[in-house]
Amino acid sequence: MSTPEAAARIVGSQPLKDRVQGQLFRFALLFSLAIGILSLLTLLIQVGVKGGPRFGADILNSFPSGNPDTAGARSAIFGTIWVISIVALVTIPIGIGAAIYLEEYANRERWWNRLIELNIQNLAAVPSIVYGILGLAFLVRGFADLGQTVLAGALTLSLLVMPVVIISAREAIRAVPDSIRQGSLALGATQWQTIRRQILPGAIPGMATGSILALSRAIGEAAPLVLLGALTFITFNPESLNSAFTVLPIQIFNWISRPQEEFKILAAAAILVLLIILLAMNAGAIYLRNRYQRKW
Amino acid sequence: MTDEAPKQHERDAERAVDPMATGRDPKAELRLGASGGEAQETRDAERGHVFELENVTVRYAGVPAVRDISFKVYENEITALIGPSGCGKSTLLRCLNRMNDLVATATVEGRVIYHDQDLYAGDIDPVQVRKLIGMVFQKPNPFPKSIYDNIAYGPRVLGMTGDMDQIVERALRQAALWDEAKDRLKSNAYGMSGGQQQRLCIARALATGPDVILMDEPCSALDPISTGKIEDLMLELRKNYSIVIVTHNMQQAARVSDMTAFFTVELDEDLKHRTGKVVEYDETEKIFTNPGDERTEAYVTGKVG
Repeated sequence: MSTPEAAARIVGSQPLKDRVQGQLFRFALLFSLAIGILSLLTLLIQVGVKGGPRFGADILNSFPSGNPDTAGARSAIFGTIWVISIVALVTIPIGIGAAIYLEEYANRERWWNRLIELNIQNLAAVPSIVYGILGLAFLVRGFADLGQTVLAGALTLSLLVMPVVIISAREAIRAVPDSIRQGSLALGATQWQTIRRQILPGAIPGMATGSILALSRAIGEAAPLVLLGALTFITFNPESLNSAFTVLPIQIFNWISRPQEEFKILAAAAILVLLIILLAMNAGAIYLRNRYQRKW
Repeated sequence: MTDEAPKQHERDAERAVDPMATGRDPKAELRLGASGGEAQETRDAERGHVFELENVTVRYAGVPAVRDISFKVYENEITALIGPSGCGKSTLLRCLNRMNDLVATATVEGRVIYHDQDLYAGDIDPVQVRKLIGMVFQKPNPFPKSIYDNIAYGPRVLGMTGDMDQIVERALRQAALWDEAKDRLKSNAYGMSGGQQQRLCIARALATGPDVILMDEPCSALDPISTGKIEDLMLELRKNYSIVIVTHNMQQAARVSDMTAFFTVELDEDLKHRTGKVVEYDETEKIFTNPGDERTEAYVTGKVG
């Protein structure tokens, strides 16, 4: 083909069929995106309109009560803070430790290590209610016999989110390039020095993001705690690991199931509180990711 | 180790002409003198060696990657490993500081004797080995830290005492990087050019006071100017260190090395596995001008490869 002929072919637009296909695909993608965003927006607006007027200092300062006008979610908010703090203290060190073992020490040639890996993947997919049954059988009653306490609830949620923490921490560790590992070892650093001084600092952003997202999941869980018997009408803040407690999702569930409209409004306001806590945690995750992010 | 290492070979006094001043090949003169049979033998007798490989075979998951390698690596010399891709040069290099231990399926047979110690004897700690035998990799791999912290990392993890500023300055000077780096010691190493990063990696390896430096294609990611700087640096470092370099660049091997090992790949009977072996190991001069094996000749003259 001579050059002018070849040059002529780059003039003009794509064939109609290609353009239509391209546009259709683009539209399909936008449609999928819109479904997600619109349903989230609808939810937020509905809750905001309904709960907004009731949202205020009251809900933070008052305890639940039979009178919807004076009722608040103070004990549920504190219960949530207690529970989630313990979940964080339990899952982050153990989860990161397990991830380091699996990524840096475990020999994949050994069948037990592969079995552990497989099981962690599976555990991440187990429905939360099953963890509730486990917690009830082994933590509340039975083996540990903790009763319906903050500790029992937090440990149950810890089991629930542990696989997620482990998996995300492993991803973060895997993202640290092997060349860094080798560079450190080649200088005569021990394996632990390499992990402590190169791998962990490099994996912090990923591990922080993963852990916070896992905690966000825990904070929204009601089902396993309902099964454990986290009480719904608690008019005092938890004082210790052995206190009875309630958390926001349970309080919301309780209010919504009441017949009076006022309680439904109260529930919407409590949802706003929960959403604010969740968004704050996600913002924290994004901040940590950006703060420590590095290019390799 | 001080700059004036006492172990420095007498012969090197002759060689220690500044490579920058005399162009690229301070050893050319020496070679002419050494090519006579008798001179050669005297040289061999007085040469110390850092490594002696005896029938080294490395297998990955049972499949040999290199087989039956035996040669000596001499003190204060640059030894080049050349040969086609996949012939196990890097595998062999990684045996010399036990980096192959990181590959779970790798096994090493034969003996890798460092001075008079078998590196694969049962009571050898690979971490201690790597303190003495440093390594520079194919792609510059500075840590995501400041230039200063990159150099100080090794001495810190090894618990070296002394003035860290001095250690850092000396390493950077040895790697001919001090002038470029002295005003930006606290800035991130990733801001440097590729060639500077590679010299930083060399400085980092020097900071722990090694005896041998292994280089795995250190210039393959660099432009000719950076490559030239690193070659000059190697010739300078040879006064105090022994260097083993894997390179795909034959001109580079010819320019800098004293000894060259030519590797080739052989297929096994079922044509399934590729195993590397050494065809010829000799003075670089001889390998490139008068090779003893026709495969070496074909490779170094560019007929194959």
